[in-house]
Amino acid sequence: MTKRKNPFAASWTYEPAPESTDHIQIKKKYDLFINGEFIKPQNNKYFETVNPANDEKIAEVALAESEDVNKAVKAARNAFKGWSALEPKERGKYIYRIARLIQERAREFAVIESLDGGKPIRESRDIDIPLAANHFFYYAGWADKLEYAFPNRKAKPLGVAGQIIPWNFPLLMAAWKLAPALATGNTVVLKPAETTPLTALKLAEIIRDSGIPKGVVNIITGAGKTGAEIVNHPDIDKISFTGSTAVGKYIQKAVAGTPKKITLELGGKSANIIFEDAAIDQAVNGVIDAIFFNQGHVCCAGSRLFIQESVADTVIQKLKDRMSTLIVGDPLDKNTDIGAINSKRQLKTIENYIKIGINEGGEIYQTDCKLPKKGNWCAPTLFLNLSQSHKIVQEEIFGPVLAIQTFRTIDEVVEKANNTPYGLAAGVWTQKGAKIFYLTQKLKAGVIWANTFNKFDATSPFGGYKESGFGREGGLHGLKPYVKFE
Amino acid sequence: MSRLNINKTYKLYIGGKFPRTESGRYYPVYNKKGSLIANMCLASRKDFRNAVVAARKAQGSWAGVSALNKGQILYRIAEMLEGRRDQFIEELILQGSTKKEAETEVDLSIDRLVYYAGWSDKYQQFFSTVNPVSSAHFNFTAMEPTGIVSAVAPEQQGLLGLVSVIAPVIVGGNSIVILASEGKALSAISFSEVLNSSDVPGGVVNILTGKKEELIPHIASHMDVNAMIYCGDDQNKIKSIQELASNNVKRTIIYKKSSWNDSNNESPYFIEKTLEAKTTWHPVKV
Repeated sequence: MTKRKNPFAASWTYEPAPESTDHIQIKKKYDLFINGEFIKPQNNKYFETVNPANDEKIAEVALAESEDVNKAVKAARNAFKGWSALEPKERGKYIYRIARLIQERAREFAVIESLDGGKPIRESRDIDIPLAANHFFYYAGWADKLEYAFPNRKAKPLGVAGQIIPWNFPLLMAAWKLAPALATGNTVVLKPAETTPLTALKLAEIIRDSGIPKGVVNIITGAGKTGAEIVNHPDIDKISFTGSTAVGKYIQKAVAGTPKKITLELGGKSANIIFEDAAIDQAVNGVIDAIFFNQGHVCCAGSRLFIQESVADTVIQKLKDRMSTLIVGDPLDKNTDIGAINSKRQLKTIENYIKIGINEGGEIYQTDCKLPKKGNWCAPTLFLNLSQSHKIVQEEIFGPVLAIQTFRTIDEVVEKANNTPYGLAAGVWTQKGAKIFYLTQKLKAGVIWANTFNKFDATSPFGGYKESGFGREGGLHGLKPYVKFE
Repeated sequence: MSRLNINKTYKLYIGGKFPRTESGRYYPVYNKKGSLIANMCLASRKDFRNAVVAARKAQGSWAGVSALNKGQILYRIAEMLEGRRDQFIEELILQGSTKKEAETEVDLSIDRLVYYAGWSDKYQQFFSTVNPVSSAHFNFTAMEPTGIVSAVAPEQQGLLGLVSVIAPVIVGGNSIVILASEGKALSAISFSEVLNSSDVPGGVVNILTGKKEELIPHIASHMDVNAMIYCGDDQNKIKSIQELASNNVKRTIIYKKSSWNDSNNESPYFIEKTLEAKTTWHPVKV
């Protein structure tokens, strides 16, 4: 019997093509960026940030504790009066400058993003960094046009915003949060995640170089405890958080009864639905993008796949074929499709879910790709033979693990897709226009990708329904969470 | 011989029906002179949960009613209220309002319904966007209802406060379960009769009467409620509502105002509070 030919397999092999790291500058030690300068943390404590692809230490980063948070909030408060009173046009110009400075140093940022977080250079170079610059560019232009954003109302800034961002898109999430906050006249204390602080600290250099008034942006590093200090600080007017639903709920509870406004961008378990009348090859590639983009460390990852029964066998075979061509390995290699899992802790979480999936009777398929010896790695994984009650169908894994189910009718799949406490995103694959619009109406999610998946843009609002959070980031709708009406 | 009046029995309004509370309990409402005007149903947690079930059942199809039709239904509520204007004025006076206050409150309530009826097929155009993304995609953001909204009506202005909370919520395609003013509950139940004769599908609006103290923890914590509105300024209650709301990331909306009279109390921004922005992407290249 001859071996079946994989239709997705290339007729060539790839040589290593690593991106050069010669031109990047990383200091051995990073301090806190408060009131326009880098200062040592009060207690002189530092923690390490490591490269998840080889476990090597990259740099030491200051640990902000309560006095440091206090200092940062004070700096932001002092800067607020001047910044909010600044002529909006001038405010916008500083934000434009930040956008330009990111563009100028884009390659350096992309390499550091991949070093510190493990994502493939192809993604950090083509998506994370350019999109981050675009967000600043987009919101810069809003600064002097806010009266057109909210007809019949005068929008005023809230004051000091505390912003806590995750480790999956470190620079991009910083941009999503900073740009609209600054454009609307707020000042900011921003905390990047403890495993990926470097690009935010590099951004601090850019912010300093932009000449933006001291204290308007303060960037402090630390883990959950530092985040809690920000959330509970009495002189903060706004908390904006992207991260897990569990922490989001904690934050919502913590600010209860206070005047603080909140925006929560939380977890998801997004459905990706393939109908029998879809362009199947296109859909298969879409599924790959949906679940394996950024190692599946994506809150809107299409982690639940629903395939219409009549095409299930075909789609699953093609999916396995396509998966086996994915290159897992060195994030800095330009051919890499799937990089390193962001941290040991996250790898453990994913491996635990894979175990649960097997124990609960799921049928696992993993590609036999070679994984590097050092670092955190997970082969692309899919599960078959699942029902709605399986834990890996219900809970967010945040890794390259796809849960596949089948369906017969459109009503059945709508019911199944919506049967989750989350509501962040969903995907629909069909060539029938009416079916697309029917589904986009019925699916309870903030973002619907039809015949595409995991696309982002500065002009496009992003955010969830239900337990995936509230408030929007991006576009006109992204301004609202940072203003109050007079 | 003079004729004996027929007094109205005030019940709850759940799923388009008028049941008594399943608990069999009541609380008396008195007029200024201290004589009994009505025994109101003292709704229980179970009544609230039943109302949420009814609201969930009704919400999907209500959201699917055309904008034009929703507008006409809201307008119909105004028509029905206008037709019973005198009755509502009398009932407000019975609950302690002056004649002038009562007239103003009823007239404003009618006008507010007409105001939101008109927004029905317009707010979408006001809040939606087509987003000029850099890639080859058509991308637009439209507004959708948040889902089930629970509410605690303002204690003052038993009719106008209630109407001002309900109208923007339902015109957005949500369904609502609202706890009426405790002290001025009569108008709320009479208003449910207006709703019931206005082509508002059963379950879209559900009205309970009872004690805030008892019901607020359930209203705030129910896992199948997507947003909650609290009207009042009790800081302890606000804190506890917002804490309980975090169990399912419920949106909370707090109105501290004591009067709903002037035109600041109506705008499309009230509708927006119980809407969600949904963004759809589709490739444009073939």
